[in-house]
Amino acid sequence: MTTLAIRGGRVIDPAKSVDTIADLLIADGHIAEVGPYAGKDASETINASGLVVCPGFVDIHAHLREPGLEHKETIASGTRAAARGGFTTVCAMPNTEPPIDSAGMIEFVLRTAQTQGAVRVLPIACITRGRVGKELADLAELAQVGAVAFTDDGAPVADAHLMRSALEYAGMLGVPVIDHCEDAVLSAGGVMHEGWVSTRLGLRGNPAAAEETIVARDIALAEATGSHVHIAHVSTAGSVSIIRQAKSRAVRVTAEVTPHHLTLTHEAIIDAGEAPGGLAYDTNAKVNPPLRTQFDAEACAEGLRDGTIDCIATDHAPHAIQDKLCEFDTAAFGISGLETALGLALTALSLQEAVRALTIGPVRALGLDARIEGLGTLSAGAPGDVVLVEPEAEWTVEPETFASKGKNTPLAGRTLHGGVAATIYDGRIVFDGR
Amino acid sequence: MTQEKLGPPTAPAVAEPPRAWTRSHLLDVDDFAPAELEVVMQTTDAMKEVLGRDVPRVPALRGKTIVTLFYEASTRTRASFELAGKALGADVINISAGGSSVEKGESLIDTVRTLQAVGADVLVMRHWAAGAPYLVARHLQAAVINAGDGAHAHPTQALLDLYTIRNHLGDVRGRRVVIVGDIEHSRVARSNIWSLLAMGAEVIVCGPPTLLPAGLRSQKASRPTVEENGREAMALPPVQVETNLERALEGAEVVMTLRLQKERMQGGLLPSLREYATLYQLNEERMSRAQTGALVMHPGPMNEGIEISPGLASSLQSVIEEQVTNGVAVRMAVLYLIARGTKQ
Repeated sequence: MTTLAIRGGRVIDPAKSVDTIADLLIADGHIAEVGPYAGKDASETINASGLVVCPGFVDIHAHLREPGLEHKETIASGTRAAARGGFTTVCAMPNTEPPIDSAGMIEFVLRTAQTQGAVRVLPIACITRGRVGKELADLAELAQVGAVAFTDDGAPVADAHLMRSALEYAGMLGVPVIDHCEDAVLSAGGVMHEGWVSTRLGLRGNPAAAEETIVARDIALAEATGSHVHIAHVSTAGSVSIIRQAKSRAVRVTAEVTPHHLTLTHEAIIDAGEAPGGLAYDTNAKVNPPLRTQFDAEACAEGLRDGTIDCIATDHAPHAIQDKLCEFDTAAFGISGLETALGLALTALSLQEAVRALTIGPVRALGLDARIEGLGTLSAGAPGDVVLVEPEAEWTVEPETFASKGKNTPLAGRTLHGGVAATIYDGRIVFDGR
Repeated sequence: MTQEKLGPPTAPAVAEPPRAWTRSHLLDVDDFAPAELEVVMQTTDAMKEVLGRDVPRVPALRGKTIVTLFYEASTRTRASFELAGKALGADVINISAGGSSVEKGESLIDTVRTLQAVGADVLVMRHWAAGAPYLVARHLQAAVINAGDGAHAHPTQALLDLYTIRNHLGDVRGRRVVIVGDIEHSRVARSNIWSLLAMGAEVIVCGPPTLLPAGLRSQKASRPTVEENGREAMALPPVQVETNLERALEGAEVVMTLRLQKERMQGGLLPSLREYATLYQLNEERMSRAQTGALVMHPGPMNEGIEISPGLASSLQSVIEEQVTNGVAVRMAVLYLIARGTKQ
């Protein structure tokens, strides 16, 4: 039996409020023991002194692009990026080509992840057939073969009646519905946040209200149906406030925020450094929902601290170079986020807050612990998924070194604090950056 | 080439560009100092003199290749750049998106790299996407002149408008300039605001709230983003906003009205052309509120009977045709100032 001991690290396991120096033993791909002197006779030992040892991170929102968009990312490259970012579980979004709206497609993702993935992949399926927002996909069958949630992410479910049906039907299955909240009529082709930067740059703005109206609608529908709705990538102060009120009424709503919405603002699009004309029009900062204001970013961080927002999710959206090296209006939306998530999270949050938001937070938000016992924790019997973090490490973002095929990040050249020293998935070291 | 022979042998060389000019691109006038605007104005005077000669040509840019690359339709801007380049002895090549490799799906970057590879020294670019010339300037050696990018900027229009105003009023400091119409979608308005304010004019923008940029719809801002970090004041420089045209026109010395795109009604931004004309058409009666002899300007193309009455457009107050004429001299000045610095 292969055993791996991680000794002398500072173990942070927010699920059990543990924050102490301890040893940890992984045997047979599962956590065997945590405590002083655990695993003294392990076949392999990692000296973790000076490092933080925590459950492998869980990302409930990543675009792995396979099938159909393999020039942007594959399950193989995306899961390697995940490992590099400290993630051992990644939920794959279904806006592939074709979209993941059938049992066969779910099985394809699971099979590919099994043979080529570096970490665990949990597939999310479409709400509607073909992801076109007209009729429900075969939700029960999708759930049965392993879909952990339903979403048409990238697009909202515009039809409120269909959204209500989706919530009622998914409620029967005990599977959450994730919505990308955007009133596309109101956002009207906006390519960035509507505010002073959009005015300055002459770009069409996407107003905060376009998100908030749909967040409010979805909460009303969750309240009416008693089903669980999960709000993807919250980006506005108004959304945080609407969700906070709903939670105080015990509505079954959960929410996530991306590392970039916590830390960056719409000013990332204009700030140019030495660019000619002094206006960057940085397509690498073009993302949907758009980067908003400092006021919104701070409201999101506050929401995460007070439990209004349950977790961080990367919305990892890798693109090929040509998708971003073009006019701002035609550039693709998205940031390649798996490999910078921890560094950004630590910019906005304390170490304990960040670890919670990357581990037990997302697991409980989608109820993943009902499928995989102990996921996101270091309890005995939990998956042998561990990340070793060097919280003080200072490093410079170099997109060309990303494992992801997507080098699209507005953070190139920026110094971040907090690095991943090693990632262990299923008891095996899948990334070693020491 | 025959330009040299065509030019009078005694033609005085155009004056050396003053030191205030250090730019290798013209992307917008938003960061122009008054001294730089003066350089353009003075150089334009020199170019006007050239255009007044029997043979309106000088060999100042002989051997330079100017490419105009237009992703949008244009009559006056394109024609005036071409005339300007030829009057300076440059080779001018015109490329339109329709009929070029753009139609075959070639990306903007690949297209302009091709043009650079065949020897373009200056790229004059019009594009429907805001920021497109900035992208090109970042990735190419060639000098880039923005001939209009989306709703963002139209610097040569602002320069020719400033030149036209100064021809009539002299110093613009303290002059009341009213810009009427679809400010939100107007690159002309945006560039004019920067240059007019830099020269000390007082600028009033006037239109219905639905056609004002988000940052100027102050009466609508209930969202507490005001104290973001102080930078929001940089969205546009401080202009007065007035939704009532009669009030805006009080004491105006220059009134600029903008083309109304008919698509705005489909976008739900306006009830009807009829109502727009009722509230915002510039006509003789309304102009009586402005100062006597106030200038009437329009960047063209006009919708006569909508944003401007036909009578006013052809009245003595109108300098609309002069704007077009000055466009050639201003673009000669800009080409000259920019192209002089490019590599041989």
